[in-house]
Amino acid sequence: MQTEIKFAGFGGQGILLSAKLLAYAAMKQGSFVAWVPSYGPEMRGGTAYCTVVISDKLIGSPIIKNPTHLVAMNRPSLEKFSDTVKPGGIVFINSSLIPVRSNRKDIIELVVPINEIAAAAGSVRAANIVALAAFNAKAKLVDPDLLKDCIKEEFSAKAKIIPLNMKAFDEGVNFADNN
Amino acid sequence: MAKVLMKGNEAIGEAAIRAGCKNYFAYPITPQSEVAEYLVKRLPEVDGVFLQGESEVAVGYMIFGAAGAGERVMTTSSSPGISLMSEAISYIAAAQCPAVFVNIVRCGPGLGGILPAQGDYFQATKGGGHGDYHLLVLAPDGVQEAVEMTMQAFTLAEKYRGPVMILGDGLIGQMMEPVEFPEDLATAPSNKDDWATNGMSTRKSKKRNLVKSLYLDPTELNAHNLNLKAKYDQMKREEIQFEAYNADADYKVLITSYGTMSRVCRTAIDLLKEEGIEVAMLRPKTLFPFPEKAVFEAATKKSCKSVISIEMSMGQMVEDVERCVKGQRPVEFYGECGGDIPSPEKIIDIIKAMI
Repeated sequence: MQTEIKFAGFGGQGILLSAKLLAYAAMKQGSFVAWVPSYGPEMRGGTAYCTVVISDKLIGSPIIKNPTHLVAMNRPSLEKFSDTVKPGGIVFINSSLIPVRSNRKDIIELVVPINEIAAAAGSVRAANIVALAAFNAKAKLVDPDLLKDCIKEEFSAKAKIIPLNMKAFDEGVNFADNN
Repeated sequence: MAKVLMKGNEAIGEAAIRAGCKNYFAYPITPQSEVAEYLVKRLPEVDGVFLQGESEVAVGYMIFGAAGAGERVMTTSSSPGISLMSEAISYIAAAQCPAVFVNIVRCGPGLGGILPAQGDYFQATKGGGHGDYHLLVLAPDGVQEAVEMTMQAFTLAEKYRGPVMILGDGLIGQMMEPVEFPEDLATAPSNKDDWATNGMSTRKSKKRNLVKSLYLDPTELNAHNLNLKAKYDQMKREEIQFEAYNADADYKVLITSYGTMSRVCRTAIDLLKEEGIEVAMLRPKTLFPFPEKAVFEAATKKSCKSVISIEMSMGQMVEDVERCVKGQRPVEFYGECGGDIPSPEKIIDIIKAMI
């Protein structure tokens, strides 16, 4: 069993970090993982994307053309990658920035206004944590408590922002559970 | 030790520290600059030295200097940077100094591009610099092997008193995977008193050592080159590493592939097996010495009808494969080298067209 998740958005939206946190939690859960960034010559504000592969066996090709799920943080990412998602997968749409939808009937859309949820939780800077929490709640890839522990560990040098991110996480999970 | 999630570049830096490397000189170049970024923070914690050269040419000779003084030393670079270091690599091989060179290969020729490629196979295995020398070349297929091979490289460099190269690529450098650092791969530095310029006060012998590559007497130079050749012959006897994948099956096609490309082939082989098509892979882990006998035996297995070398190049390792197969089977080639890594689906289509 192998699951591939593509995270995509503007540079600065926390794509690489969200993906790393998921990969880290999956590793701690005992899975084989790979975190594969795009590292083309992108300018600041350009599109960044990153693929996480989670598998119960040694990962062969880490190059994924058709991911199981997509987390789209901006409109160009959704337009570029939504057609590549395997049928039955989740397409996460950051509706704070994306006014359109995927136009696919064979996938599950998860539409989350992450900026508004993060702002209500204390700061829009936690939007990527809202997205990660909501996506994981829907996709059920890793234990949410384990993922929270990984976030705490990641931010251990900046302990004062941990409560904000924990709140943002819980709100993200709540939203996904109720929508 | 528990596994940690690390980028290949950072893991290579940490592996060097664990292997006892205290000297790292480099010049930044994508896609491997994170090695320097990591080591600039990490080396002072172990009383090590990081120094950025003014160019890769300078770095090559900084490596020569430290290696000649008997220090464990490493540099990392990417394709164009390795070209600039190649003169020094030839001198280091000639002067028989242990040193570790990591090439996180990007697309070429020229400046090429910054994405992963395998176009430096010839440079790594057949020379790069001038003269009759070889590097011992290790080709990891992921972050864990990059760690293990980096640690082994220091031991091998001292065993053979010469340069060892890790031939990775941009994907291995940039990708994060779980890694462990096997403590048993760290070895104590060898005694270098009989050849290194490591300072008279540090050793018992009163003999002054000279590190050099100039031999003007033809008889002496020929003997020197025979001595180097004897080391390369010993590598062929003792250091060959490879992996045979799905080799117990009655396969019709044998793939030869290494590094990142071999992982894509592995997935293609698994998917073909589900369709009832048996394909095997011979993956060299040492590119020099090349697993000549293993390639010949795998290619000439009774069920095997043909061989294909699949590379992120325009056809380099395939020449070694052809040499080893000795005309016993047709040897085909598929490669791409613009930075896009061929997908498993593409490999499957190519294999199906062969059978």
